[in-house]
Amino acid sequence: MHDILIVSVVALCTFITRAAPFVFFGSNKEISPTIKYLGTYLPNAVMAILIIYCLKSVNLTIPATFIPQFISIVVVVILHLWKRNTLLSILGGTLCHMVLLQFIFI
Amino acid sequence: MKTKELAYAFQKTIPVLLGYIVLGMAFGILLNEAGYGVLWAFAISTLVYAGSMQFALLSFIGTPISLLSTGIMTLSINSRHIFYGLSFIEVFKKMKIKGIYMIFSLTDETYPLLCMDDYPEGVNKEQYMFYIALFNHLYWITGSVIGNLVGNIVPFDTTGMDFAMTALFVVIFLEQYLSAKSKLPAYIGISSGIVCLLIFKTDSFLLPALIQTVLILLSCKQYISERSEQ
Repeated sequence: MHDILIVSVVALCTFITRAAPFVFFGSNKEISPTIKYLGTYLPNAVMAILIIYCLKSVNLTIPATFIPQFISIVVVVILHLWKRNTLLSILGGTLCHMVLLQFIFI
Repeated sequence: MKTKELAYAFQKTIPVLLGYIVLGMAFGILLNEAGYGVLWAFAISTLVYAGSMQFALLSFIGTPISLLSTGIMTLSINSRHIFYGLSFIEVFKKMKIKGIYMIFSLTDETYPLLCMDDYPEGVNKEQYMFYIALFNHLYWITGSVIGNLVGNIVPFDTTGMDFAMTALFVVIFLEQYLSAKSKLPAYIGISSGIVCLLIFKTDSFLLPALIQTVLILLSCKQYISERSEQ
């Protein structure tokens, strides 16, 4: 039961974040330049923060917690700069991470 | 039937099809390992439909976490979505009921596809955008359902598979970074994230990092705007 409530809250709050700009700015004819500016430049900064969010559990004093992640991220970046194929980059990096975790940094 | 719109939207969404099947499957498998069956996978992917949030949700379910902290976590993890809608206020409003679905389904991957304004002539733009959103949603649901079922039949070691989310973010970040007129926002994001992570240590660094980033971006508005126009 508690799980159903948790899922409902997550679903509702997710929709709220997506609907917020329409509620706040939907009635205005012109969108303010500041909002436009943030709309243009914020996404890249947000993605950077999200990557750090994924790496939050690394502990720099325990190599096994960060070496696999950093190597795999480098693999993703190299694959992506090379082929520009989203699927290939994601699959390659994930496979690399799984191999490192399951066979090398056990 | 809007065959032309269907065909073109499908062609456009093929990269997302591949990405969402992989990520959706990762989610489905992890959900299965946490002890939740295919109905859960279907319901969560249909109703929540937010990649990173659903992975975070994996750490909420089955715990006595309060609904309030769940709500706050969701709002802060998804707060980036607030800025996606800004580009589509006019268009979605015109789409009425479909517009509400467009708002609901505005994910990290649907957003850039909708931003690409390169559909051929004679294509109904609103219909085409709706199909893009719908297709992506179906891919995501399909992926998580398959993952959840396969996880039932063939239990294999999924250790490290959750890296797919990190990889997706790295790819989106790279794409944005390479096409960005100003690279400064990326550096502001990276430094704010690291500083706030060092100060707050845990999950709760996300919101302060986002607020700090918005404030720094606003204070650099003049500089970044001028640099980008050159």
